[in-house]
Amino acid sequence: MQYYVQQILNALQVGSVYALIALGYTMVYGILTLINFAHGDIFMVSTYIAFFVSTLLLGLTHHLPPLFTFVATLLAAMAGTSLVAVLIERLAYKPLRTAPRISCVITALGVGLLLENFMVAFKPIGPDSRIIPALFESRNYSIAGVTFSTLQIMIILISGIAMVLLDLVVRKTMIGMAMRAISWDKFTVPLMGISVDTIISITFILGASVAAIGGTLYGMAYSIDPYMGIRIGWWAFISAVVGGIGNIRGAMLGGYILGFIEIFTPVFLPTSTYRDFVAFSLLLVLLIFKPTGILGKPAVQKV
Amino acid sequence: MNLMTISNLTHWFSGLRAVTDFNLSLKKGELVAIIGPNGAGKTTIFNLITGVYRPTSGQINFEGKELVGLPTNQIITSGIARTFQNIRLFKELSVLDNIRIAQYASVCYSPLEAIFHLPGFHKEEEKIRLRSMELLQIFDLEDQAYTISKNLPYGQQRRLEIARALATQPKLLLLDEPAAGMNPAEVEHLIELIQMIRKQFQLTILLIEHQMRVVMGIAERIKVVDFGQTIAEGTPIEIQKNPRVIEAYLGEEESK
Repeated sequence: MQYYVQQILNALQVGSVYALIALGYTMVYGILTLINFAHGDIFMVSTYIAFFVSTLLLGLTHHLPPLFTFVATLLAAMAGTSLVAVLIERLAYKPLRTAPRISCVITALGVGLLLENFMVAFKPIGPDSRIIPALFESRNYSIAGVTFSTLQIMIILISGIAMVLLDLVVRKTMIGMAMRAISWDKFTVPLMGISVDTIISITFILGASVAAIGGTLYGMAYSIDPYMGIRIGWWAFISAVVGGIGNIRGAMLGGYILGFIEIFTPVFLPTSTYRDFVAFSLLLVLLIFKPTGILGKPAVQKV
Repeated sequence: MNLMTISNLTHWFSGLRAVTDFNLSLKKGELVAIIGPNGAGKTTIFNLITGVYRPTSGQINFEGKELVGLPTNQIITSGIARTFQNIRLFKELSVLDNIRIAQYASVCYSPLEAIFHLPGFHKEEEKIRLRSMELLQIFDLEDQAYTISKNLPYGQQRRLEIARALATQPKLLLLDEPAAGMNPAEVEHLIELIQMIRKQFQLTILLIEHQMRVVMGIAERIKVVDFGQTIAEGTPIEIQKNPRVIEAYLGEEESK
């Protein structure tokens, strides 16, 4: 029993990160019908921004309170990653807005490769893996045989709060309404006096910000390297598709489902190497029986 | 003083001349109609004014500002709104939300305020809601405020589209065939409505319409276009007698 509770906790931790990244895939898809395959690498970039900012802050002779360094690192990662995402959108995707979708998808894959290889080639970063220094003291607690750390609880809680806030923004604010309006009718939105470019930028900023929250927290728990975005990005992408791409709550649900698959595969199958097999099988089966994902609405084609 | 002056507006669609040398001056408060057969380029003129297309040549001056080259959303916020021949409401949004989204440009709360539901956010939201309900009341749609707009009957959808256009607080309203598909009773109601909002909101109106009952009933000046060219211009009475207009509408008399 304790063992399962322990694994559920681990699954929530991993799932939180997938959910945060999946949100970026799903929002960009919702508004541009573009799968931003560079998003996993944008997540990777966020971990490096967090790494450098935290190293810098901790290296100061004057010691700052841990809460301050943590929040400052988080905000810097969000801002820096947003900037990168908006630049990518403006330089790579915007010129292709009227081009066939396939051009955009290939461009997105190219942008991903560019980010990975730039990080490897860039001297201060290079191919080695790193760990974000501990920004606060993470203690281990044990309740009824279940062990958990401060960090683990923070990951689950902060991710949850970020998702609730994002959900509120999309559902309750004018910005969210404009985002949804663009996904239905790009032509009419500017005729309401709304700048489509601004709303698209805000979408990329929101997606990058939640990915950066995930990235900072992830980088404190696991090691980071320039290729980390590939596998995590794919898993987050599957999360978004499983939940129903274009659907915010679907992406969150999908993220947690994939988190449970990752953690519980080795529990029921001989090794953890089966986890990709299980995840992609789920994707295949789902695409056959419910191509729009769990929470996605079937798209009715008018003829 | 002219509210809008269009000069030598020409637009080519890959070899096809959709609009040729179109000129129009609109005085403040005027109601001018553009009529002409299908495919004459009327809606193209609206698309050029609102920046949906960029004209091949020509100028559009609105209150001393050149509109050609501006993005659509800036043209709208400078005080022009339009409706569509084929209704283009946000079908999945409620009636109220269709009006609210049109006020987006006038919202001044920041995303942060929105996220944390700060007082500024609530105040703005409340102001927008009240103004939206007032508009809906004028258009007799307040009972339907929470109906998903695709479920509205056709005539009400047309009214909602006009209400939504007014929500952007325009000085110039472009109406593209507002009476299309309406029955005679609805047409009468529409004529009254246009005259009423014109007074109440001090609007200048440019109208595209096929139904002569509407055009002759409310327009002060009429421009007739055919194959992208202006073939006649004048008061409703002058237009009704113009031989070139009769020709364009009824076909040329067979040559002997």
